[in-house]
Amino acid sequence: MELLSGADMVARFLADEGVEYIYGYPGGALLHIYDALFQQDKVQHILVRHEQAATHMADAYARATGKPGVVLVTSGPGATNAVTGIATAYMDSIPMVVISGQVMSHLIGEDAFQECDMVGVTRPVVKHNMSIKSPEEIPMALKKAFYIASTGRPGPVVVDIPKDMTTPTERYEYVYPESVKLRSYNPVTRGHSGQIKKAVELLVNAKRPVILAGGGVIHANASEQLTELARMLNYPVVNTLMGLGTYPGTDPQFLGMPGMHGSVEANMAMHHADMILNLGSRLDDRITNATEKFCPTAKLVHVDIDPSSISKTVAADVPIVGPLDSVLNEILKLAKASEVERDEEALATWWQQIEEWRRRHGGRYRTDDSELMKPQQVVEALCKVTKGDAYVCSDVGQHQMFAAQYYKFNKPRRWLNSGGLGTMGYGLPAAMGVKLNFPDEEVVCVTGEGSIQMNIQELSTCAQYNLPLKIVCINNQSLGMVRQWQDLNYESRHSQSYMESLPDFTKLVEAYGHVGMEVTRLEELESTLEKAFAMKDKLVFINVYVDPYEHVYPMQVPKASMRDMWLSKTERT
Amino acid sequence: MRHIISVLMENEAGALSRVVGLFSQRNFNIESLTVAPTEDPTLSRLTLTTIGHDGVIEQITKQLNKLIEVVKLVDLTEGDHIERELMLIKVKALGSQRAEVIRNVDIFRGQVVDVTSSVYTVQLTGDSAKLDAFIEVLGPTNVLEVVRTGVSGIARGEKVLSL
Repeated sequence: MELLSGADMVARFLADEGVEYIYGYPGGALLHIYDALFQQDKVQHILVRHEQAATHMADAYARATGKPGVVLVTSGPGATNAVTGIATAYMDSIPMVVISGQVMSHLIGEDAFQECDMVGVTRPVVKHNMSIKSPEEIPMALKKAFYIASTGRPGPVVVDIPKDMTTPTERYEYVYPESVKLRSYNPVTRGHSGQIKKAVELLVNAKRPVILAGGGVIHANASEQLTELARMLNYPVVNTLMGLGTYPGTDPQFLGMPGMHGSVEANMAMHHADMILNLGSRLDDRITNATEKFCPTAKLVHVDIDPSSISKTVAADVPIVGPLDSVLNEILKLAKASEVERDEEALATWWQQIEEWRRRHGGRYRTDDSELMKPQQVVEALCKVTKGDAYVCSDVGQHQMFAAQYYKFNKPRRWLNSGGLGTMGYGLPAAMGVKLNFPDEEVVCVTGEGSIQMNIQELSTCAQYNLPLKIVCINNQSLGMVRQWQDLNYESRHSQSYMESLPDFTKLVEAYGHVGMEVTRLEELESTLEKAFAMKDKLVFINVYVDPYEHVYPMQVPKASMRDMWLSKTERT
Repeated sequence: MRHIISVLMENEAGALSRVVGLFSQRNFNIESLTVAPTEDPTLSRLTLTTIGHDGVIEQITKQLNKLIEVVKLVDLTEGDHIERELMLIKVKALGSQRAEVIRNVDIFRGQVVDVTSSVYTVQLTGDSAKLDAFIEVLGPTNVLEVVRTGVSGIARGEKVLSL
């Protein structure tokens, strides 16, 4: 029997759970735990410069690996600073365990120094949270946290630990809990076979099918099954923003992304489909446009591990609750065995129609209306230089949409972005989280001059841990997406969307010990990127000046159906 | 339509606030809520009434089921059920009013549980409509104070909500 203090239990449990890195920032309520971490060498702590970055680093580790990322923040402001990152993970169903310090139990409720009701504050943005009431609970509470975070529909779990639960002199028996069982939480392990049969029947009899794959396919590691199914049936595949990479982006059967800034062929195909197989997309407002006009002729099969995601926005004709890997395996098996004679002629006509839509826009953009480079050109060059194989961590705004549209992801878990919450400041810490865990991979943060400044202090963390990632700052000197909406809806009254007094980014990154580069002309773009990526052991910040007047297209017309889009500033479907 | 949802959940600190938080977070309506531990002290039974169309009720039950502490739930209004609410009501009782109040209490099968020279405190159980009717019969000028527990309910027959 081993006796450990609460603080030692935290450190020891994390080691026993196989956690390599935790991301955090110390403070009064955590001093015992930080002392315990100091006295062991299994779990490495990464010191960020702001707690939000710790959560994004852990989140990125989870997105890249599928395993929960671990965060350690102190009570009060440490905890509240982490909330944005927790909410980001919650919206995108990312497994994460956040350990927050809390003031001593006897002070709770007295408005003590650095006290904040973390369990209360995070309640709406976590999968679950809990507060430790006695030190003996720590190992099992943490085990529960990891279990809940990583099973079913993944999500963040907060464990709040009052300081007196970690007192070094008070020791308790420690046993690593190998497993955990909860009577009130039993994630479903397979889909209903009758429903799956119905789905396959619709699938093989479809004349105008579309397979829509979302983030759920990534969480379930089911890309292979998806690809096999789509190729076997020769059906078109659409990937949501969260699902990019689950189907090869360079494959001719890939139609791109649906929704607000989706491709013409993806939106048109979905609107005119007679059957949509939705795999793990929650069909949020950025995809459906007006739900009452959503895909009027389609039978909708919706597979999701979370029953509440089914028929939440759009009623499903065949709902299937289950993990996508096992459901897809069963769909594949039944589809292969199906003796239904498929209507090849209808499918050929469908593909003809899709190719026509593809030609209609095809991701073209004007280059003759500005002296400056276009943001799309930057992403295309980046994709070329990195051979489409980098981990791309995006911030939020126009550059995010351009990256999603023009970087062709052929593998899952390579595209990391805050899709649900839309958190500016996500990109840099996310890239750090990936680079730390995958030091031999190319990791790039695609950002803008607005987003990067939301967590730019992390350049210091990058220097401390030698994280030679690349930052491509698509600099349009304005909050591009805000400006775009102001152009479209507010007669170009650019209220607060202009970034004045930008820093000299090159000097700034040099001050942090990194390399800064600038690109102002298209001719220099590729060569500069190549030069930057050749500097394997340096963080390089590439500041690229682009046309500030560019808009993201296609763009769905508000309150209309999926097929109603602006294709450029002047052209509509 | 009005629904009565009965929830069996872990009797843990914070579980109730999670349920209540869910309703405000997701813009669900909550008409009444009552909660207490069951015969098994590790479990609580929570009954809530809410109003919404089928889609909303479906979301409410799915979202409640997602809460880690929720063990099971049932929408009682989907089947035959019994619902009861308890009300304590203070009524002005002066002069001739005193006999009139007693008559009404008898008609509604209530009980006078406390008496002063000018006030009766009446206890009444029944479904919500019955309690509403009693208040109306007494008349708004005579009612001094009303306390209602909110609806509690149980399915008829063999059906039970348990582990």
